[in-house]
Amino acid sequence: MKSSVIIFPGSNCDRDMDVALKKFGFKNQMVWHHDSEIPKSDLIVLPGGFSYGDYLRCGSIASKSRIIKSVIDFANSGGLVLGICNGFQILTETGLLPGILQQNKYLNFICKNVFVKIKNKENKYFKNIKKEVLELHIAHNEGNFFCSNDELKSIEDNRQIAVTYCDDKGNDSEHNNPNGAIKNIAGIFNKDKNILGMMPHPERMIDPFLSGEDGSLFFENLIGSM
Amino acid sequence: MSRVNEQIAIDHGLKKDEYKKICDLLKRTPNITELGVFSAMWNEHCSYKSSRKHLKKLHTKGDQVIQGPGENAGVVDIEDDDAIVFKIESHNHPSFIEPYQGAATGVGGIMRDVFTMGARPIANLNSIHFGSIDHEKTRNLLRGVVKGIGGYGNCIGVPTIAGQTCFDDSYNGNILVNAMTLGLVNKNKIFYSKAAGINKPVIYVGSKTGRDGIHGASMASAIFDDKIEEKKPTVQVGDPFTEKLLLEACLELMAGKSIISIQDMGAAGLTSSSIEMASKGDLGIEIDLTKVPCREENMTPYEIMLSESQERMLIVLEAGKEDEAKKIFDKWNLDFAVIGKTTNSKNIELFFENKKVAEIPIDFLAENAPMYDRKWTKAKLPKENKFSKNDFKSLKLSECLNKLLTDPNIADKEWIWDQYDHTVMGDTIQKPGGNAGVVRVHGTNKAVAAAVDSSATYCHAHPLTGGKQVVCESWRNMISVGAKPIAITNCLNFGNPEKEKNMGEFVECVEGITEASKYLNYPVVSGNVSFYNETKDKGIKPTPSIGGIGLLSDYKKMVTMELKNDGNYLLVIGKTEGHLDQSIFAKNILSNHDGPPPEINLFNEKQNGLSILNLKNKNLIDTCHDVSLGGILTAVSKMSIKGNKGVKLFPIEGLVNKFEYFFGEDQGRYIIEIKPENLENVEKILKEDSIHFDKLGIIESNQITYGNELKISIDDIKEGYKKWLKEYMVN
Repeated sequence: MKSSVIIFPGSNCDRDMDVALKKFGFKNQMVWHHDSEIPKSDLIVLPGGFSYGDYLRCGSIASKSRIIKSVIDFANSGGLVLGICNGFQILTETGLLPGILQQNKYLNFICKNVFVKIKNKENKYFKNIKKEVLELHIAHNEGNFFCSNDELKSIEDNRQIAVTYCDDKGNDSEHNNPNGAIKNIAGIFNKDKNILGMMPHPERMIDPFLSGEDGSLFFENLIGSM
Repeated sequence: MSRVNEQIAIDHGLKKDEYKKICDLLKRTPNITELGVFSAMWNEHCSYKSSRKHLKKLHTKGDQVIQGPGENAGVVDIEDDDAIVFKIESHNHPSFIEPYQGAATGVGGIMRDVFTMGARPIANLNSIHFGSIDHEKTRNLLRGVVKGIGGYGNCIGVPTIAGQTCFDDSYNGNILVNAMTLGLVNKNKIFYSKAAGINKPVIYVGSKTGRDGIHGASMASAIFDDKIEEKKPTVQVGDPFTEKLLLEACLELMAGKSIISIQDMGAAGLTSSSIEMASKGDLGIEIDLTKVPCREENMTPYEIMLSESQERMLIVLEAGKEDEAKKIFDKWNLDFAVIGKTTNSKNIELFFENKKVAEIPIDFLAENAPMYDRKWTKAKLPKENKFSKNDFKSLKLSECLNKLLTDPNIADKEWIWDQYDHTVMGDTIQKPGGNAGVVRVHGTNKAVAAAVDSSATYCHAHPLTGGKQVVCESWRNMISVGAKPIAITNCLNFGNPEKEKNMGEFVECVEGITEASKYLNYPVVSGNVSFYNETKDKGIKPTPSIGGIGLLSDYKKMVTMELKNDGNYLLVIGKTEGHLDQSIFAKNILSNHDGPPPEINLFNEKQNGLSILNLKNKNLIDTCHDVSLGGILTAVSKMSIKGNKGVKLFPIEGLVNKFEYFFGEDQGRYIIEIKPENLENVEKILKEDSIHFDKLGIIESNQITYGNELKISIDDIKEGYKKWLKEYMVN
């Protein structure tokens, strides 16, 4: 399986993602934001970081970069596009995913382990993961997902919620919401479920010596289901 | 251009006799640009004029040292061609005036010091000191500093893996913000600041130059007064995004062979970077200031030379490599300008709009910079307190423990480090909140441990002992995670060196640091001095911060501090005499601030530490934590809280009073967890090595108990310990 990680100026999880993808068997290549074409890929990843300094609004400048047209074309043709953290923000800015990511409710950057509940397994990203609750890691200042009531209804009707913040037992009440996201949403799909944006970083959880290993389940499933 | 006179020189922070020396050296009156250059190079921050004499005494050598003090950062060998570049630096004065930008640019500056040597930064740390928790400014300063450190480090994508936060009245008017960075480099590809060869192009890269930070270095060498708010414009403004681009562009250029020397523009900007490169290479340098990329209009030569705009570098390149280098900086959208060349004149010559605007022999600025042998007084060892039974009569162990665990200097600092990205780069294997932060050396089995320590209370009570103690504590932090201690960097934060008492504190702390680092083979390879931490005549307590690093040759053998399994034994390594003077117990519970700090016995310190490493290498230790502030019971509680396990403490042997035993701050001690089946073997080894140890207790249930005198649940102590700072910040 071939994957491509896009590097924007200010991306800083590009290497971590490269390490994770290769560890689980992807043939990964790095693609520079100023290129206009993406090499043949089965998966495109928009990594975390602060693309273009996140000036103006997180992800907004990246959503207008030269490479992004190819990403949109690839996504619209059904290709798998995964956006983590800043990548999620970029995906909402391009309009490939609905909603926006605003500043965390308590106005602080948050870096810690969280639990997320998998809400929909009928897709390549979560299909064969046996667990219902994953322990992942967040590190962001703008992860507070928000959308209009109409959009939310459409997201729910189309089963686009991918993961929600919860406790270790899967209880996704407001109490277990680290950043104020509407409905505890930590990640969403597009309608066709080929695009996934999520705030938690599975690439930081791929080794028992790191913060945990549930990220491994994510990547193992992903390459296995492709 | 205004004519320079003595008053203008004094306004630049120069002393009368220093101004006279400048005129004598030049044999004329300097013009304003030249005066600016002199004032920047001769201030305390750049010239180390009060400290140089004493810094020479520091222990800086060892087989592991590749580069000691005097470069942008120190470099140590960690085997297999890998080396760690690291340094700590202060950004105290700016952070008090503008906490967010002050702290942010402190982080940015220290990272540049590291990557300018060719290393990719792999970890950040910090040591921050604030005034009393009741002081009106403390909350805002803490909030701003933490946001600034996070704002910069998080954006660059370098994990902040450890740190230290202290509160004390003496920082009410002068907070301390010390930032440390570690970088990884191939030891055959280290870059230095020494220029070589004449007619080599001098290149300016990075951000454009603005009017921010003019005289930043002079401000850092001045005492604060009521008008301090007026200094806001002298604080630099950081742009971490540009720094990230600069980092990547520099590392890309460094992969080739075109750089002769490289230096970041830190304190005193273009002035000190150009002069340092030329001075080290015994060369002259010629700069056309018209060619410097400027952000603002009509900037004068004086302003361009003294600007401390951030995210800029100066490079001496091999001639003919300009185009190749420019391509890289174009790719990263950064300015690139050839602004001058190296010469054999041994002068710095500045041109602006085709006119020569300054010419100064470089010797005058560097080697002839003033050096003072300031008067200092030796501190006496305070008399010991004699506590009587009555002092402890009404005290209960559980109440004392709860009070200590919610003491601002002990309580959990999660509120702070949750705001720092500590996991980016995917190699953080020990997060903040442990004995030390640990990151793997990417793609290898090795890991590097790092921690920052300071003990202003001890240093204030007796500077010589305090200086030794901080080095030992740093050493213990390395041992506690199972790392072999390698080397240290020091940030020496002191008051006004023109006062004999303050100067004495500095001299004796340095002496203490030297003695301990020599004995432990834990050399100082980099650092910085911050004097004049004083507001309206009130100086800070002497606060040397020590940043230590250690090496784990197999990261899988790292040791952590949370208790692991019921039925395992806890041993205290090192002798407990029950020294309460200057302890947090004495201050917080007995309201006593007198007496000497605990004594440092370097022989025991070394033996105890090495024997722990020995046990660890034999896989006999499950857990380790050094005993520091708050003594044994505080240490056990933290281990319990982290592991969610209780402990049954055994009766203390001997005559020591239980408060002295549990809260005394005797040095050189660790608590280790041992499996029952290993106990006999461990005891045997310790006895053979003549290491003193006490059997402290056994892990069981979810409470800490001591006979009938203490029974406290982990949940209860955890609550207070974890909540204190969060609640303080909300109020």
